[in-house]
Parts: sequence; C-alpha cells; structure tokens
Amino acid sequence: MNFETKPWVRRLILAWTATVIVFLYIPIVSMVMTSFVQSRYFRFPVKAWSTKWYQEMLGANLTQDLHLTSLYVAMTVAVCAVVIGFFGALAFARYDWKGRKTFQRLLMFPIFFPQAVLGLALLLWLTYVGVTPSWEAAVFTHLVWIVPIVTLVISIQVYGYDTSQEEAAFDLGASRWQVFREVTLPALAPGLFSGALFAFLLSWVNFPLSTYTTGADSTVTEWLYTKMIAAYTPMVPAMAALSVYGAVIILFAGYAILLARRRKAASAS
Amino acid sequence: MRSSLRDWLSNPGVISASPLAVFLVIGFLGPIAIVFGFSFLPERTFGFGGEWTLDNYARFFSHGYYKTFLWSFGLAAATTVCTILISYPVAYGLCRTFGRWSTIIMLLLVIPIFVSENVRLFGWVLFLLKGGGVLAGSLKNLFGIETGSMLYTPEVILMGMVYVYLPFTLFPMNLGLSMVPQDQVNAARDLGANRWQIFREVELPLAMPGILVGALLTFVLAIGAISEAKLLGGTTVVMLAHAIQHEFTYAQNWPLGSAISVITISVTGILVFFVMRRIDLDQLLRRR
Repeated sequence: MNFETKPWVRRLILAWTATVIVFLYIPIVSMVMTSFVQSRYFRFPVKAWSTKWYQEMLGANLTQDLHLTSLYVAMTVAVCAVVIGFFGALAFARYDWKGRKTFQRLLMFPIFFPQAVLGLALLLWLTYVGVTPSWEAAVFTHLVWIVPIVTLVISIQVYGYDTSQEEAAFDLGASRWQVFREVTLPALAPGLFSGALFAFLLSWVNFPLSTYTTGADSTVTEWLYTKMIAAYTPMVPAMAALSVYGAVIILFAGYAILLARRRKAASAS
Repeated sequence: MRSSLRDWLSNPGVISASPLAVFLVIGFLGPIAIVFGFSFLPERTFGFGGEWTLDNYARFFSHGYYKTFLWSFGLAAATTVCTILISYPVAYGLCRTFGRWSTIIMLLLVIPIFVSENVRLFGWVLFLLKGGGVLAGSLKNLFGIETGSMLYTPEVILMGMVYVYLPFTLFPMNLGLSMVPQDQVNAARDLGANRWQIFREVELPLAMPGILVGALLTFVLAIGAISEAKLLGGTTVVMLAHAIQHEFTYAQNWPLGSAISVITISVTGILVFFVMRRIDLDQLLRRR
C-alpha cells in the first residue's frame, strides 16, 4: 500500500506555498507597478499611468553605461567561473584522490561566508596589494564567491556521468583531446550551461561584493542602491523593473532550452 | 617520500583541483590573512612594521560594538528559525504532493533570487510606505483604515531578512527531503507508525543534512546582512557589516574594522567547520 498524504493536508500545503509565493512577489509587483506611475512621487492608489520614465531611462546615456558595466562583469565572471569550476568539479566529484574530502569541505568556506564581510576583506586586500578598484577588480571579487558555487552546480552533473563511455572511446583509439571534446564535454554540457547561467545571474544581481570594488565603474545594482538611499529619481523603478523582465526572460529561456535538450535526449535514446 | 609526493601531484584529481586551489589561496585566504594581521595593529595604521597590540579587541568590548554583534546574531538566528518553519511545508510539497506542478512552482520560487535584493527590498519600502504605499493606500481606500508607519522597526528588518534569505533555506531543505526514500516512509507506516513518529523517526533524520546546510547558509549570510537594515530599518539597528564598512571607509580605521571582521568570521567559521564535519557532500549532491 502506498502511503498518501490526506487531501486536506495536500490542500493546506498548496495554500501555504501559494501564500509564500505571494509573499515573494509582493515587492516585485509593487516595484513594477511604480515604474508605470506618471507622477514624480509614488502614491497609491495610482491616478495616472504612463511609460514616460521608461522612455527617459532608455534615452539616458547612463543606462547604457551601467548595463554595459554589469554585462562585462557578469560575462567575464560566467566564462572564468565555468572554466575553473569545470576542473574543480572533476576534482570534487569524479577523481578519487587523497585529500578530496578536505578539498570538498574547504570549498564550502567561501560560500558559507558573510558576503559583505568578504567584500570588505577583499577591498582591504586589493588596496593593500595596490590594485585600483575597477570592473576587473569586481570580477575577481565576484569569482571568489561564485566559483565555488558553480563548482557545486557542475559537480551535480559530474556525479551522474558514466565514465565508461570515455574508456570505450579510448579503446576505440581516440586521443585524449578527442575524448574530451567528443565524449566528456557533450555529456557534461547541461551542467556547464546551468553553471554559466548561475554565474551570470548571481554576478548580475550581486551588490555586497560589487559595492566595495568597482570604483568608478558602477553596475546597475550599485546605481539603484545609491539612488534608493539618497537622491531618488523615478528612473529607479523603471530600471529595476527592466532587470526583473530580464531575469524572467533569461530563466524561462534557460528552462525551455534544458527541457528541449531533455526531450531530444529522450527521443534519441 | 619524494616519489609518493610526485605520485600525488600527478593524480588527475590533484591536477584538476589546482587552478581552483590557487585561485582561492589568492582570493580567499589572502584577504583573510591580511584582515587577521591588521586586527593586531595600532589604531589608524595602514601598513605592517610597527608594534602589535590587542587594543582593537579591547575596544570591541569597551565601545559597545558587542551590541552590534548581538543584534546581528540575534536577527540572524531569528531569521533562520523563521525560514525553517516557513520552508518545511513548501519543501515537503515540492517533494511529495505537487507532482508534475513541482517544476513550475520551483521556477516561480527561483525567479526572485535573480532579482537584486536591493530591488526587492525597495519594493517592500514602496509597499509599506506610510500614507501612499500600496498597503496603506489600499487599506485606506477599501476600508477607510488609517495606518501609521510600518517601516524602520527591528520587526520589519527581520521580515526583510526572512524575505531575502528564505530561498537559501528552502532549496537545500528540498534537496534533503528528496533524499528520504518513499519506501522507508511506507515501511514505517506499515509497521504502525503514526504521522508524528514518521516525521520524527524517519523524515527528519534522513532530511537532516539538507536542513542543516540550508540553516547554516541562511544564518551565515544573514550575519552579513546590510541592505535590509539600511533600506527597511533606517538607523534603528546598526548591523555588523555596517560597522565594519564604517571603519574601513569613512573612519579609515582598518585595524578596528579588521578586529570586528575577525570576531565575526571566527564565529561563523567555527559553525561551518562543525556542521560540515557531519555532512557527506557526496551523498547530498549525488543523484539517485
């Protein structure tokens, strides 16, 4: 007999989850709503709606500069994190070596670390070494936190990877490079893809690490924060809403790509 | 001896671990070492070579910084407890009762993480704003209820922290709960266990690694919380990260800032060390 949860418990759990989701989306919806308000200062209920703050924001040079900085940082972080994390994941999950368990645990320390404290420690370190804060310095600080996370994400894929395929390829006379390119890489591709997606998004939204290290190159999140604390402009909700749309589109697209791949893999086998 | 070292170094595991290891020595151990070093220097020095002192640690206790410390730890602990209680039913539903809806519900839960926390916290400000906020405006228009200020209290800071760190508890917990085999639950039930016994004797112990990881992650990240208190709390509470930031930037007192950092990360580091010793990462991350 299979143990089933009682229907009323099921409904209760569903209702609770729905409440949690509403809780998660309240501020996001409030922000998006504010971005369409016509008046300079937000007052609810809203009297007149308009897209003029979007037009103003999209017309400003500042918008382009901020997004380009964020984009440079996030893209560089994603590429570096996937390369380092790929080899890290092989050491983490695939090979058997003395010191692996210690390596696994040490890798947890940068993730389980108060981020703002990490950002400040890195600020002190970079200042002491003599590195001028810039977007490149921010890439470095982001990587300290993001590379271990990406390593974990890719490891999950590596655990499920059957190495006998590689042995078969070797037996058939493939070179090390051929095996890597034709067998290992395609098999681990979904993990690398999720790793890159994670790295990009985590870097894009990061504030506690960026704020101390970007110097003159401001990212979107930093600019929003400065304007929220002081000197509020109606461009804040518009730009914030823009990044909400971006995140939703990227996540749904990523999800669709993974689904399509899975379906293709299922029909091929 | 030398040849065994050479063997070890030529192991593919060691070779693939090395880029990451080198990077973390430069990017993680380096900064921690420098902060540790600075914490023993006299006030307002910017380089090594002078004398060593424990003054900064004494000042932490004599100048009321311990209050900041207690606020941060108290709020982080409260946040962790709240997120565990809120997450458990959701994680349970995702593993057991939502069936094919799980994926889409999961996606809905994931999306907010990828909207910057500042944006989301400011969204709360707009929602809770006195007079013209979404909540106050709706209450006034629909029911004619006038509300006072809902921002700038420790409670609202806690709400903001629970809000931001909820996913960090939820997802590891979900991973942990999915490790509980349905067969064992069925077996316990066949043997006459009631719901509470199944929860305490089967589900909880088996899901513990995931719950522990989530709780630890939430607690440690919440210790570093800074935007929650600044955006929602005004100047009600000064958090640890804020105090350190103040010393490193405006006050230009690196040694004191370093001492506060060292105390903070010692406590979180010890916690991480003891929890991680109990957890088998291979088991937690391997797919069944």
